[in-house]
Amino acid sequence: MLKIRREVCGYCGACVSVCPEGALELVDAYLTVNENCLDCGICAKICPLGALEVKK
Amino acid sequence: MKNLYDVLIIGAGPGGALAARTAAEKGLSVCMIEKRPAIGTPVRCAEGVSKELLAQFVEVDPKWISTEIRGAKIVSPDGSEMYLNSEIAGNEVGYVLDRKMFDRELVWQAANAGAEVYVKTRAVDAIVENGIVCGANIETGGKIHEVRASVVIAADGVESKFARWCGVDTTVPVRELETCAQYLMTGIDIDPHTTVFYIGNEVSPEGYVWVFPKGDGTANVGMGMSGRKSGDGHRPIDYINKFVAEKFPDGKTIELIIGGVSVCRPLECTVADGLIIIGDAARVSDPITGGGIYNAMYTGSLAAEVAAECIAKKNCTKSALMRYDQEWRASRMGKALERNYIIKEIFVNMSDEKLNSILDSVSSINLQEFSTLTLIKELLKHNPRLLMDLAPLKKLFR
Repeated sequence: MLKIRREVCGYCGACVSVCPEGALELVDAYLTVNENCLDCGICAKICPLGALEVKK
Repeated sequence: MKNLYDVLIIGAGPGGALAARTAAEKGLSVCMIEKRPAIGTPVRCAEGVSKELLAQFVEVDPKWISTEIRGAKIVSPDGSEMYLNSEIAGNEVGYVLDRKMFDRELVWQAANAGAEVYVKTRAVDAIVENGIVCGANIETGGKIHEVRASVVIAADGVESKFARWCGVDTTVPVRELETCAQYLMTGIDIDPHTTVFYIGNEVSPEGYVWVFPKGDGTANVGMGMSGRKSGDGHRPIDYINKFVAEKFPDGKTIELIIGGVSVCRPLECTVADGLIIIGDAARVSDPITGGGIYNAMYTGSLAAEVAAECIAKKNCTKSALMRYDQEWRASRMGKALERNYIIKEIFVNMSDEKLNSILDSVSSINLQEFSTLTLIKELLKHNPRLLMDLAPLKKLFR
């Protein structure tokens, strides 16, 4: 599952734009992930700060 | 907040604000919502904009200009420099904005024109009936309101969800998402009127580093790179930290800015029944520079014009709203997007050696007009063989 490290995330929303499932959403100043997430890891790859991690 | 408007606008950046101002000026009832508690912050931008283009939509006010730009410098992978100057000496070609003030000014203009504005208010879902976008469920202060509108304008930026809820696939391909990190730095030695671009795989794979002055000794120092090149240990934050440690070791960082910008082609279609998509949400940021302020303002303004026409004729179907899609594609902006996409695809695949040889061919260029096309034309004069690489663009250079 996708782990969002809130203390690292800069809530920029870059990850939301590349999510093929539309599973991520930037709600004001925090990021959410829903059950559509397939753990593909694209968001974790592009995060400018490295705030996302897929835990297998 | 009422439950019915002519136009509902999701997002209050420059695109949403221009849509709101234009629609309100045309006498429409307008509701614009912004999920953030404040307009213009957090900044997600390097803040550069063309002087000439900006003047189309707003009277320039020194209170939101950080600095005037008179020229640019490109630093090639081997460190040699190429200067781009304006043909007319002393003529400013662009500005670096103070987006916090700029965005606020545009929203103030929209509000003054009669638009309703709600902050810390967000769309949680689209209302779609029989395939027609009819409004949005909107959350504010912990309560959900059903808000209907003849036309909804999705101006929700790179992290856009609204169009997706309406069935439009807005996913940006990973290689065409430039992931970016920037510091606002002070106490650094820079020319306050020259923007500087560093290219090459070492500093920024499939992207560039920028130093955009914000005033004396102060600048946005940032980098963007292709999403496909990013990963643990080599992310934008790693690259910018390395760059800053080398170039501005004594500078002080007073703000961290991060974000993503799409450099893909625009969405295949930017309208649906009852829906218009604008700005970064429509993926109309420039594929070479990543610039999107003007493009958002232009598409926002056009969206409102078309919405007003269609509302007057009581027909807001996709085919009626198509005029918006057709008009921006045929516009100067639309043509530049297509051309710059092709140029981007060629340059992204060039080796550092090749970039060196092109940029080293000339140390200073006087541009009649500050645009990618005029720059490429000038480079071609010094590198006739480049025409082979640019074959897909041949007809533009005849």
